[in-house]
Amino acid sequence: MWWGTFGLIAIEGTIFAIAIGAYLYLRSQADSWPLGAPPPDLLWGSANTLILLASIWPNQKAKRAAEARDLVRTRGWLLVCLLFALAFLVLRGFEFVALHTRWDHNAYGSVVWTLLGLHTVHLLTDTYDTAVLDVLLFTGPMEGQRFVDVSENALYWYFVVFSWLPIYAVIYGVPRLH
Amino acid sequence: MPPPGLAHAHAPPHLKDGPGPGSPEAAALDATWRDPPGLLGWLAAVNHKAIARRFIVTTFCFFVAGGLLAFVMRLQLARPGARLVGPDLYNQLFTMHGSTMMFLFAVPVMQAVAVYLLPLMLGTRSVAFPRLNAFAYWIFLFGGLMLYAVFALGAAPDVGWFSYVPLAGPDYSPGKRTDFWAQMITFTELSALLEAIVVITTVFKLRAPGMALNRIPLFAWAMLVTAFMVLFAMPAVMLASTTLITDRLVGTHFYNPAEGGDAVLWQHLFWFFGHPEVYLIFLPGLGFLSAIIPTFARRPIFGYTAMVLALIATAFLAFGLWVHHMFAVNLPELGKSFFTAASMLIAIPSAVQIFCWIATLCSGRLDFKTPLLFALGFFFILVLGGLTGIMLASVPLDLQVHDSYFVVAHLHYVLIGGAVFPLFGAFYYWYPKITGRLMSERLGRWNFWLFFVGFNVTFFPMHLLGLRGMPRRVYTYQAGLGWDTLNLVATLGSWIIALSALLFVVNALRSLRRGAPAGPNPWGAGTLEWATESPPPPCNFHAIPVVHGRDPLWEPPRAAADGGPPPFTHVGGLAAHTRELLATTVLDARPDLRVNFPDPTIWPLVSALAVTVLFIGSIFTPWAVVWGSIPIAIALTAWFWPRRAETAVHLRLEQGP
Repeated sequence: MWWGTFGLIAIEGTIFAIAIGAYLYLRSQADSWPLGAPPPDLLWGSANTLILLASIWPNQKAKRAAEARDLVRTRGWLLVCLLFALAFLVLRGFEFVALHTRWDHNAYGSVVWTLLGLHTVHLLTDTYDTAVLDVLLFTGPMEGQRFVDVSENALYWYFVVFSWLPIYAVIYGVPRLH
Repeated sequence: MPPPGLAHAHAPPHLKDGPGPGSPEAAALDATWRDPPGLLGWLAAVNHKAIARRFIVTTFCFFVAGGLLAFVMRLQLARPGARLVGPDLYNQLFTMHGSTMMFLFAVPVMQAVAVYLLPLMLGTRSVAFPRLNAFAYWIFLFGGLMLYAVFALGAAPDVGWFSYVPLAGPDYSPGKRTDFWAQMITFTELSALLEAIVVITTVFKLRAPGMALNRIPLFAWAMLVTAFMVLFAMPAVMLASTTLITDRLVGTHFYNPAEGGDAVLWQHLFWFFGHPEVYLIFLPGLGFLSAIIPTFARRPIFGYTAMVLALIATAFLAFGLWVHHMFAVNLPELGKSFFTAASMLIAIPSAVQIFCWIATLCSGRLDFKTPLLFALGFFFILVLGGLTGIMLASVPLDLQVHDSYFVVAHLHYVLIGGAVFPLFGAFYYWYPKITGRLMSERLGRWNFWLFFVGFNVTFFPMHLLGLRGMPRRVYTYQAGLGWDTLNLVATLGSWIIALSALLFVVNALRSLRRGAPAGPNPWGAGTLEWATESPPPPCNFHAIPVVHGRDPLWEPPRAAADGGPPPFTHVGGLAAHTRELLATTVLDARPDLRVNFPDPTIWPLVSALAVTVLFIGSIFTPWAVVWGSIPIAIALTAWFWPRRAETAVHLRLEQGP
């Protein structure tokens, strides 16, 4: 039953939307934007966006393999998903540095750190989730429900990917608008 | 922890459900769905009825605690210049009262009742995600206990239930008081969000076969719409409370104007949640009425489709009203006009429902039992509250009475009239289902009349006090301002309410042992929860019913084509030795899947404890978020890790697509 995943996605999506709303609200109240900092560097964020988009491919493969109830291929593709997620998390560290501001500098710093932080928390939890699931596929007792779990894991990953695009646009694009 | 498979150790795997009470199949089903015995079993419980009973009792305890706080405030205000409580304690009292009633009582009690009733009404054996449901209860309990623990230590929050910045910010509220408030929000809203997922999935996927969307009880509709509102409203306040606490603890500047922050942002975030919150409390109340009124009018509800559409319209409109809490803020006038219009507009779907109930009542044969009295009390009080609501929706009038006792009167008329009266009615109505015994009618009538009179005596004078300029949230006032008598009258009213609440508690406790035995359907009602025994067996139904209409128990049985006994009254064939359930399709409730439900486990409780350590620890050090997440990860992993014995049972029942 993917309604549970759907519920989580609705909740998290609303949190992202409201956080973006808060960002735009604070910008509307400011004389200049970004406050006291240059716009964030594009390099790491854009590289990460590409990695994230590319990670759709192994997730789709894992989902397909799970739906075909092919344990060996599901294990393998889930491992590839995990590698993508880890690569992303490493680059995410550089992204925080490239923001050129800190959460306690001013309201701009607070809100970009919150946006990026919120998204990172989702990545961390889904990475952990994927890891646990893959360990389970290798070692644990197996039943059909595990394949459903893999399929829902992929669904949630797509949410993490697609919710990143508007956040990317806001964090990296809006400071460059004049 | 109970060994896995203990519950179904006796049941041979070939037994399938279907035969009625007394059969070996029914005994096996009950053994399978019963929570394990002993203290550990109690802590590991996942049966929706067990969790919901605890949830209802817990929320009611918070209701009584919040009521006692209000009672102390009324004693303090009974005469001018009283010295019963000082300003600091008074600030804590009204903050605790508001926070308790809104976050620890009004929303969770509705979800708790829904968790009990929905599977029974929908003809199934469990809520969806029963372990998540248990987790949501524990996390709620710990959040509420934390708030009252700090109150006992004299460190309760003191900045009002909506915690406006800059007062609640680090500069004007040093210390930890507001941090506890913010984390209490995080606890309770997390619980409410998870319960919303449970409710949505239960209503969409676990209905009895044949219960298409246009046949589900209106109470289930109300809870479904409420759950969707929770999904979109609660994240705003969680984000707000989180940013408030980071402003206070790690130096972010969301609400600090000196560094580009903005205090009005708090008000937007809070009321974007806060106004839908009112409807989160109100819609379940409407659902109760839609269950009570047809039963005691002895006819199906008038205008079912209009009622459902009105619920949905209310939910949408509720998200377009939040600025009417902020009319005193310097916002664009055109914007305010929009929100005035939206505020007036929401009266329309509310009126549609009220007219449908009136039509039902007028064309029915009324049976004046206590639940119906509370339903009728609702009409009187809510209409008065709605009228002052229309007054407050107009900007010039709102500015005059802003932050005065007029607002206090209005919100109590709306919330107590719209939610607490229906809730009391619901309590009298479903108490026999939960306990197997009826509550005393005589005490019930006393309870109702004292509450009705006491409520109006307490809160009606507050309208006048507000118009005479008495501001809310003052711990005392001077004599000779024209407020003395009205305040005294309000305090007398609060004594009457207290007496009525006491009678209610006495009635509920006494009837547990001495009430008349109820039987399955004491009111002659039409919905499925009345088809099973009172109290229901652990598995709710020994055979899953098939539904042919909106009020299944009022449907005449349909004879088979050849004149034989009616076909398709029940479905059978689910395993009796494991928690197997039938999932149905969302729209038409056609049988879809057999799903295996999880066994009782201690891990939701352990996870809730781990989350509690993180939430409370983060008030004292931000690093708690880092080290606190490790035990949570471990507990959640243990929660989800399948056991070999359980998996083996599942595998034997599994059929590939």
